[in-house]
Amino acid sequence: MPIQSQSATAHPADPIELEHTHVHAVYDKIAPHFSQTRYKPWPIVQRYLETRPRGSVGLDIGCGNGKYISVNPEIYVLGSDRSSKLIELACTGKEVGKKRFVDVGIADGIETPFRTSRFDFAISIAVVHHFATPQRRLEAVKSILRALRQGGTALVYVWALEQKGSRRGWDEGHAQDVMVPWVTEKDGARTVVERYYHLYRKGEIEADVEAAGGKVIEGGYERDNWWVIFEGS
Amino acid sequence: MKLLTANFVQCTVKACGSSPDCFPLHFDQQMPDIPLELVHEDVDFSPEFICNILPRIEWAALLTTARELGNTQLPEAKPEIENPHAPENAQLLRDLHTLLLETQISQGSMRCANCGHIYFIRDSIPNFLLPGHLVQ
Repeated sequence: MPIQSQSATAHPADPIELEHTHVHAVYDKIAPHFSQTRYKPWPIVQRYLETRPRGSVGLDIGCGNGKYISVNPEIYVLGSDRSSKLIELACTGKEVGKKRFVDVGIADGIETPFRTSRFDFAISIAVVHHFATPQRRLEAVKSILRALRQGGTALVYVWALEQKGSRRGWDEGHAQDVMVPWVTEKDGARTVVERYYHLYRKGEIEADVEAAGGKVIEGGYERDNWWVIFEGS
Repeated sequence: MKLLTANFVQCTVKACGSSPDCFPLHFDQQMPDIPLELVHEDVDFSPEFICNILPRIEWAALLTTARELGNTQLPEAKPEIENPHAPENAQLLRDLHTLLLETQISQGSMRCANCGHIYFIRDSIPNFLLPGHLVQ
């Protein structure tokens, strides 16, 4: 599948290598700058976390700098991320410090270390769209389902293809696998790194959830993203 | 890594998932160059939180983890606490708080009893990434 960049086109021979170069390495490189831009929780994520019952134990898979792990002080949240640099920021930053019923570790989003069928809930925000094949995106959803206890639910956010009002301007019919530049300027020097994304069509994440054996409870569109809440079936 | 977290993680290797030995991960064998280190980290005490979290804990696994880390004081059976503010529960809740939330494994390693893979903890951060040959 061709990968369309805003500046160039790439053909990934190996999806794992692509994810390594254009997701993991990029986040390790841009971590401090990225972290500064990610401090405000999105309303639906915040509401979901705030409505978890007291004493719930949940996951934040791909927690980045940990901006969501301390939203609700009555629950225990384990955050994981593939980027050790982002986890270091989550650990040393005030996100973990000010509210201590949380913990973080370095882990992959498919090969996860979480105990099977133990968790009351999970969130994975802006993560699954970084896996480079349909099969790997499905595996990522399956890993979330595997960790949920019976009756447990999960909230997943992915970037939408349909966002013609955004500055990116993508819309229905455009290429779904894209490279998105991240630009940093330091002392007048401009550095550009490219992140890989799979942009989700309307209904696509729900289809992944069903194919992974989950049951969709609720879904919608918020700020250029598709979101879905689901449970095991 | 908090001691409580050890009650919620298992071996990352997919093939171990079906084995009862993939959980809990064990602290009983440590590497000489990365010795086990525990630190105490103050956390605000919430009797309600400990009371609420108790039903979610796998007690047998907690006993194993605590014993391997040098704590043999836990009751053999999981305590049942209904009132977090009853005076007779105060000491137990405080002890559990100290053990589960304030005991930080700052350095060391965890071992899967099924496949033998070792996961390292450095600067209080566990690393569950697998080398390429173990990823399926």
